[in-house]
Amino acid sequence: MDISSVFFALVAIVAVVSALLVVTCKNPINSALALVLTFFCLATFYAMLNAPFMAAIQIIVYAGAIMVLVIFTIMLLNIRVDENKKHSHQLALGSVIGIIVLMMTGLVLTRGKVSQPVGDITNELINSQGHTELIGKVMFTDFLLPFEVTSILLLVAIVGAVILAKRKLS
Amino acid sequence: MDNLNSYLILSAVLFSIGTIGVLTRKNAIVVFMCIELMLNAVNLTFVAFSRHLGNLDGQIFVFFIMTVAAAEAAVGLAMFIAFFNNRESIDIDDANIMKW
Repeated sequence: MDISSVFFALVAIVAVVSALLVVTCKNPINSALALVLTFFCLATFYAMLNAPFMAAIQIIVYAGAIMVLVIFTIMLLNIRVDENKKHSHQLALGSVIGIIVLMMTGLVLTRGKVSQPVGDITNELINSQGHTELIGKVMFTDFLLPFEVTSILLLVAIVGAVILAKRKLS
Repeated sequence: MDNLNSYLILSAVLFSIGTIGVLTRKNAIVVFMCIELMLNAVNLTFVAFSRHLGNLDGQIFVFFIMTVAAAEAAVGLAMFIAFFNNRESIDIDDANIMKW
């Protein structure tokens, strides 16, 4: 067992435990902080997969922007800690569905066959040209139209957020 | 190959945890965070496959998923604030006007 698989196992355990904390914590702030930890673990995996640009935007966009927005909203609304309401049947049903999803993905993983590499992006190419440069080259040639549509999506989201959250003038 | 499988298994586990959270929690913001967890599990699958297949298209998809998640966060949290202003709660059981 080499050092990288030991490191993978360590980070994977942290990721799964913090994901479980997101689901089980009573206080939403604790859930949000556990989710930030999960995002950092995923950024570590992206770095291990030799995708440093993905790791960077994972931390900047998810852990930086989105989670700050979520924590800001939790504190703005000043939500009390969940009371222990009785909904055990829902807990059981949700867990059963989650385990069914896990079993189905396990079935696909054991029965399926992954194809051999089809592209020409190797570790040597990434190390010599740079990951960000390669991503930029693909994004501004093959994916230029989706990239432009994304800007319209963000504009609509900005306007929508302002209109939804503004106080009614009455 | 073995490396790819371990990433896919981890991603499946994270996705299932997110599913359980969405189905069992009552606080709308926690449900939203569990959806983010599911999106991230899918992103990990995309990046792992993209690196395995030697093709960058999967990572471009991850970029677009992150953009959509950011837009979703802005609009979704604005909706939670509007809902809280009307109901003084963000329990998803209180969103029952359209219940049949």
